[in-house]
Formats: sequence, structure tokens, C-alpha cells
Amino acid sequence: MADFPAVKLHVVSGKGGTGKTTVAAGLALALAAGGRQVLLTEVEARQGIAQLFDAPPLPYEERRVAVARGGGEVYALAIDPEQALLEYLEQFYNLRRAGSMLKRLGAIDFATTIAPGLRDVLLTGKVMEAATRERRGGGRIYDAVVLDAPPTGRIAKFLNVNTEVAALTKMGPVRNQANSVMTLLQSAKTAVHLVTMLEEMPVQETVDGIAELIATGLRPGAVIVNMMREPLMPDDSVADTAAGKVDTDEIARGLKAASLDGDPATVSALAAELSDHARRVMLERQELATLSALDRPMYELPYIADATELSGLQEIADRLQSAGMV
Amino acid sequence: MTTPTSTPPASLDVDALLRDAQIIVCCGAGGVGKTTTAAALGVRAAEQGRSVCVLTIDPARRLAQSMGLTELDNTPRAVSGIDTSAGGRLDAMMLDMKRTFDDIVVAHSDEARAKAILANPFYVSLSSSFAGTQEYMAMEKLGQLKAKGTWDLIVVDTPPSRSALDFLDAPQRLGRFLDGRMIRLLTAPARAGGRAYLKVFAVGVKMFTDVLNRLLGAQALRDLSLFVTSLETMFGGFRERADQTYKLLKERGTSFLVVAVPERDALREAAYFVERLETERMPLAGVVLNRVHMSGAPALSVERSIAAAETLEGDGDEAYAAAALRVHADRLASAIRDARRASQFHAAHPRVRMAEVTAQASDVHDLEGLRRIGAELAAETPTAA
Ligand SMILES: Nc1ncnc2c1ncn2[C@@H]1O[C@H](COP(=O)(O)OP(=O)(O)O)[C@@H](O)[C@H]1O
Ligand SMILES: Nc1ncnc2c1ncn2[C@@H]1O[C@H](COP(=O)(O)OP(=O)(O)O)[C@@H](O)[C@H]1O
Ligand SMILES: [Mg+2]
Ligand SMILES: [Mg+2]
Repeated sequence: MADFPAVKLHVVSGKGGTGKTTVAAGLALALAAGGRQVLLTEVEARQGIAQLFDAPPLPYEERRVAVARGGGEVYALAIDPEQALLEYLEQFYNLRRAGSMLKRLGAIDFATTIAPGLRDVLLTGKVMEAATRERRGGGRIYDAVVLDAPPTGRIAKFLNVNTEVAALTKMGPVRNQANSVMTLLQSAKTAVHLVTMLEEMPVQETVDGIAELIATGLRPGAVIVNMMREPLMPDDSVADTAAGKVDTDEIARGLKAASLDGDPATVSALAAELSDHARRVMLERQELATLSALDRPMYELPYIADATELSGLQEIADRLQSAGMV
Repeated sequence: MTTPTSTPPASLDVDALLRDAQIIVCCGAGGVGKTTTAAALGVRAAEQGRSVCVLTIDPARRLAQSMGLTELDNTPRAVSGIDTSAGGRLDAMMLDMKRTFDDIVVAHSDEARAKAILANPFYVSLSSSFAGTQEYMAMEKLGQLKAKGTWDLIVVDTPPSRSALDFLDAPQRLGRFLDGRMIRLLTAPARAGGRAYLKVFAVGVKMFTDVLNRLLGAQALRDLSLFVTSLETMFGGFRERADQTYKLLKERGTSFLVVAVPERDALREAAYFVERLETERMPLAGVVLNRVHMSGAPALSVERSIAAAETLEGDGDEAYAAAALRVHADRLASAIRDARRASQFHAAHPRVRMAEVTAQASDVHDLEGLRRIGAELAAETPTAA
């Protein structure tokens, strides 16, 4: 049973470097399993998806990047605000000629730079368009859309297009667009998942990010704990060892039993390393407890050596699936 | 402490740098330890007798608390707990980007105009989220602090840019933007007093305004024009300041430290930055390789440790020693990998001086932790990793 059955748009955020792009791609594969069609999108002009799938830079076009288990497909789109505006002008106002003229003048770049709220409404507007397509015309229909979103520090502002645009304009089509984007984002069809690692700063950002999302009327989805490592030592000795009470006799005895040279220098070096490890384990437990207290659905992903390969992404997909996320 | 390094890179004399530099800029990819390094350098220089100001951008919460950076008033405050016996002092501040921007507006326009700009919705939007504003304001603030002449040394942290290079380019990007064609277009009628400007521009402007009118409504267009016109009057000021700061970065007494961790992406960024500084003729002091793993028992190899751990794991009584061997194997493997990456970097950039800081067992968030990092940077007998 999936934890997010009603969700059509999965927004994936998190502190930079915690694995947003990787997890978003894994989630897209999981959602596509069994023959579904999924669109994976990015909005930050980094071509992170193309890099991950070893594909040439994505044009402003939905391209298939992977086939999931059971025949589903993952398409990808790198959304560019300028292209999104041109498309918007053309579709709704037949302003194609005006659009290309404005583009030549640098006007679009200008407008989307001077008013970041405008840029965000174009980006989220395109995501919305893909997530709400209907049968008649209008391109491929997706079962789900995954957005590799801006980092936690900017996510609430990025998604809160309504307020941002409302400050600039009280009426007109852009304002209306912002309204309908906001309605979708705040609905049960959208969930904002946060990726984190068991370190102080990303966990803090996750806690702050969830509070900020709630304050913005958005729905926090899952917390995905990425790149977890198994403790290498017995559970019951972690606390003592972390506190510096390392059993050096036991280490010396073990080295001897394994016929290794257990001179005092080696034993004390190993003791120091074990103590460091125990402290890490304690810190990670503490961070995990902080995350658990958030009371959101939580999924754990291990550190995967080949996270940049399709096999690694598939492993992430499988784990998210068996943990019940999709 | 031993590292299995083959060719130790030429080491960076951090204490000499702290003694001689007037400005140290810490840059590098996101999350590598720029803020931590900047703070550690500040503490060390102050305790060695210099009067220092640290300009941080985004300290972790506990680090901010321990440095007393809780008051967000955009001015440096004394850090308590510093050993001032050598005659130094440490002040620190956390950048408030919007406030710094507001200050420039106020400094470059009369009261009424400043008020209008600050309230303009386009200004509010631009000043709080334009992609380069934070970088630009960090440099602006550096210029202001330097101009005060209060400190011997200013250590600057840089924003969490998507790429380390953004920080060098952003001030000029913002300058170019403010000086761009669209702004000239939108303000041309006012400037030329109605004189005919190029026809194609006229057509372009009309189309631009028509479309904006349709999409945003007339009020938004009026706000935009007003904002653009007022900004125009401040151009000179903006550009001049950006240029001055850029010059400051090239002056004698300014040094760049590129911070990296021994991982592929971060080292690639560091390499770009090193090359870029060279092209710009900006003085690179060296590279700080942060979060380097070390092992105290390099003679006990990874393979033998793993084999021994496997033997012991068969015996329930030896689980603890087996764990110690597993941990050691893991740590030594990381140390070997880190050392290899460091020497690869060194081979590609033989003239770049390097300093290493070990990966601490926990986050660095108090003065004691910063002192330890400072000592490692200066290559004093490092504490156990
Ligand atoms: N589960 C994982 N195991 C190992 N490495 C991972 C994992 N998830 C991500 N990574 C690696 O971490 C780095 C950052 O991941 P990325 O998805 O680009 O993060 P973000 O998009 O948040 O910046 C990449 O090198 C990626 O391959
Ligand atoms: N040598 C180190 N060992 C362990 N943790 C470190 C080390 N250097 C930095 N950190 C931790 O890494 C995190 C990121 O460091 P920070 O200085 O904020 O990076 P940046 O400013 O480059 O984004 C912080 O939690 C900090 O405590
Ligand atoms: Mg990414
Ligand atoms: Mg920082």
C-alpha cells in the first residue's frame, strides 16, 4: 500500500548535496514501475538529470531517459523560464511573434530576472501544466510528475508563487496563473518531500523547512534519510566507547587472537578510531531521533557506491517501493 | 599522525598569512567548510594579536550561537571568549543581504526617492532573491568594512553558490544587468525627454509594455518603470562600487583561500577556481583540503584488517576487536583514497600550496573546535583525527 496514493506531483527538496537529484530520479523510477508514465523535471538550469542519466543536455522537450521495471517509462524535462514564457504567450495569446521579438531584445531575461516571483510562476506553471494534462491534445499524459526542486533554503519561497506574484500584480493572467498553481500545490495532489543526511546542518534545514512549508500552507510529504551507513560495532558498546571508555584490552586480545602485531601504538590508534566511529554513530542516532520527532513518513536509503549508475537508481527505487513510499 | 601520502604537497604557511594579510577570502563549493575555515582563521589571528573581523554568510546555527552572532544588525560585534592576551581582538558579523542593499539605495539617493524605491514591489523582489544579490552584497559589505579601517585583517566567507565561481562573477552580472539594454530602453523616454530613439527600440518597447500590460496589469507596469527609472539614477554609484570592490580583491594584502574536500566534484571546483584566480590575477594563497581522513596505524593494512576481522567474527567473544578492525579498515581506506586525491590535485597544480584539516568526529561549533581547526591549518602538531 503506497503512502502517497493521491499524490500526482512529488516535489523533492533538501539541503544542497544531500541527494535531491539522485532521490528524485529513484522516485521517478519507482513511480514508473509496472508500466506507468512518469515525468521527471528540473528547474535550476543545471542539467542535473541529463548528467545523471548520461544523456546529452536536455532541450526544452520531454525526452525518455529510462525504462522502469515492468515496462514503465521515465521522461525528463529541464524547464527554462524563458522557453516556458514563450510557450505560454504562444498558447494563450497567440503572441508568438511578439515573443520572439521580446526575446531578441533580452526582455524576457530582464523580466524574469528583475522579478524572481515571475520566474518561479513560469517554472511551477509548466510543472502544473504537465501534471494536469487531459486527454484532448496537449501532449503526453503522465501518471505522476516528480520535480527536482530548489534546495530547502529556497523551497517555500519558490512554491509560494501566489504571495510573491501578488506583491507585484493584483490582476491579469499572470496573477490568475499564480492562483491556479497555488491551488494545485496546496492540494492533496502535491507532496513536498525533503531529502537529508544524518548531519547537523541538513537535519536542521529539514526541521526548519517543514515548519516553513506548513506556514506557507503546503503539505510536507516524506523525510528521506539518504546515504545512511550501518554502524560497524556492536550496539551495546557504542555509548561507552563514544564516551572514551574504549576497551583496549579487548582490542589487544583480538589482535593477538588474529595473529596480528598488537603493539601499544597500534592498539591505541585503533581505540581512537573506534571511539571516533562510536561518536559518529551516537550523533547519527541523535539526528535520526530529531527527524523521527517530526512525525512524517520516513524512508531510509543506504550509501550506495554506484549511486550515479542506473543500477544504483534502481536500487533506490526498489527500496522506496518496498518501504511503502509508492 | 601519519598519512600514507606519496608526495606531500608544498605546505601553506597559514600563520605567515594570518600575520601579513589584510583580507582573506575563503571560497569553494557548497558545504566544504568555508564558513568554518573563515571562523577558525579569525579566531587564530585574533589570538595571535591581530585585530580581526570575520564576515560570515551562513554559519550553522550552533556555530553562530557560540560566536554570539545572534543579533542580526548587519554590523560586527565582539566575539567573547577570545584570548586577547596577545593584544588582538575578534569581531564577527553575519551578512544581511537585503539590509546591505537597502543601505546602498539610501546612500545613493535623496530621502524621498529612497523611500519610494524601498517600497517598490520590484525592488523588494529583486533585493531579496536575485540570483547574484547575495554575492554582490557580500563584496559590498567587504568594501564597507575595509573602508572603516578598524581592523588589521578581514576574513570573508562566501555565499553557498551553486558554483564557486559565481561569487567572482555576480557583482559584475548585477552591474551589467542594471546597466542593461532593457533598462535603458525603459528609461529612454524619460532620459531623452521624448526625443525619438531608434525605431526598432520604439517598436520593441511598445510591444514589451503592451505584453506586460496584458499579463501583469497597468499598475505593475507603472511600478516597474518607476523602479527602473530610480535605479537608473543610481547606476553610476552601483557600478563604481562594484568596480572598487573588484579592485580591492586584486590589491596587495588580499589573499584567496580555496577550500575543498577530497571528493571529485569539490576538487574539480577548486581546480576551476585556482585557474580562474590566475587568469584574473588575483592572489591565491593556497588550497585548504578539509575533512581529510587520517589513520594512526597505516602499517596495519586494509586487507589484513578485514581478513582478521572475518576470522574474529567467527568467534562471538571477539566482536569488539573485530569491530575495531572493521572501523580501522574503513578509515584507512578513506585515508588512502583522500591522500591519492590530494596528490593527484597536487600533481595537476604543483605550484599551489596546500594545508590539510582532518575530518573531525563531530561538527565544529564552538571556539575550542575552531582553535583545533586553526592549529591544524597552521600545521601545528595536529590533534588526533
Ligand atoms: N544513496 C547514495 N549513496 C551514495 N552516494 C549518493 C547517494 N545519493 C546521492 N549520492 C551522491 O551524492 C552526491 C550529491 O547527490 P545529488 O543527487 O547531486 O545531490 P543534490 O541534487 O541534492 O545536490 C552525488 O555525487 C551523488 O552521486
Ligand atoms: N574538518 C571538519 N570535520 C568535521 N566537520 C566539519 C569540518 N569542517 C566543517 N565541518 C562541518 O561541515 C558542515 C559544513 O561546514 P561549513 O563551514 O558551514 O561549510 P560551507 O560554509 O562551505 O558551506 C558544518 O556542520 C561543519 O561543522
Ligand atoms: Mg541536484
Ligand atoms: Mg558557508
